Amino acid sequence: MQDIRNYMKMTISGQSKNEALARMCVSAFAAQLDPTIEEISDIKAAVSEAVTNCIVHAYPDKIGDIFIELKIIGEDTIYIKIKDKGIGIPDVKKAMEPLFTTSPETERAGLGFAVMESFMDRLSVRSKEGSGTTVIMTKRLNGRYEQTDK
Amino acid sequence: MSVQLKNSGDILIAFLSGEIDHHAAAEMRFFIDGELERSMPKLIVFDFSGVEFMDSSGIGLVLGRIRVISGWGGKAAIENPRPLIRKMLSLAGLQKLIR
Repeated sequence: MQDIRNYMKMTISGQSKNEALARMCVSAFAAQLDPTIEEISDIKAAVSEAVTNCIVHAYPDKIGDIFIELKIIGEDTIYIKIKDKGIGIPDVKKAMEPLFTTSPETERAGLGFAVMESFMDRLSVRSKEGSGTTVIMTKRLNGRYEQTDK
Repeated sequence: MSVQLKNSGDILIAFLSGEIDHHAAAEMRFFIDGELERSMPKLIVFDFSGVEFMDSSGIGLVLGRIRVISGWGGKAAIENPRPLIRKMLSLAGLQKLIR
């Protein structure tokens, strides 16, 4: 069973200006693990990619909701779940290939999943066409969980 | 605006600053392309010294401008990337542009 020490859930509107907001919220939550600057940068980059995927790909013709769930697991691990109820990905394996993009005209580099994969420890992607996509990422930080009073 | 441009005829230097994500990159792209297409320089230099954060949208921004400038045989270079930016550039195989 997961040893969940803290958690947070939020729903944001899938507008591109909220990419920065999502990064800020996640890095503020991760701060309790006393991460290094590099660890925070890695987390911010991974979150930015996942949220941008929702905005650009999951909801191509509308502004939809993006659900973000964060947990501190044990003393040193951050868990990040980013979920949408968009169009889904027909072939997840193909979508995760570096440089694969369905949006070259908007200059997407096709590196979103490659960034998540290389900057975080674990990445899992579940998707169903017509229902949406769920991305779960975890990263173990070398910092220390700060015990708090009730 | 998080882009300042300096044009010395053959070289266009784009001083980028702040956070480059999908939202910010769209505006930067529009601004840089206007000057690129007007002056058609031989070299575009992206100066990343003021960039605090970048996701893969920054890679798309660089690759897109390379596509534009290569239309008339121009080249691109990158200067002063911070460690995260360097890591992102390496992931895309663009570290060779750093000088």
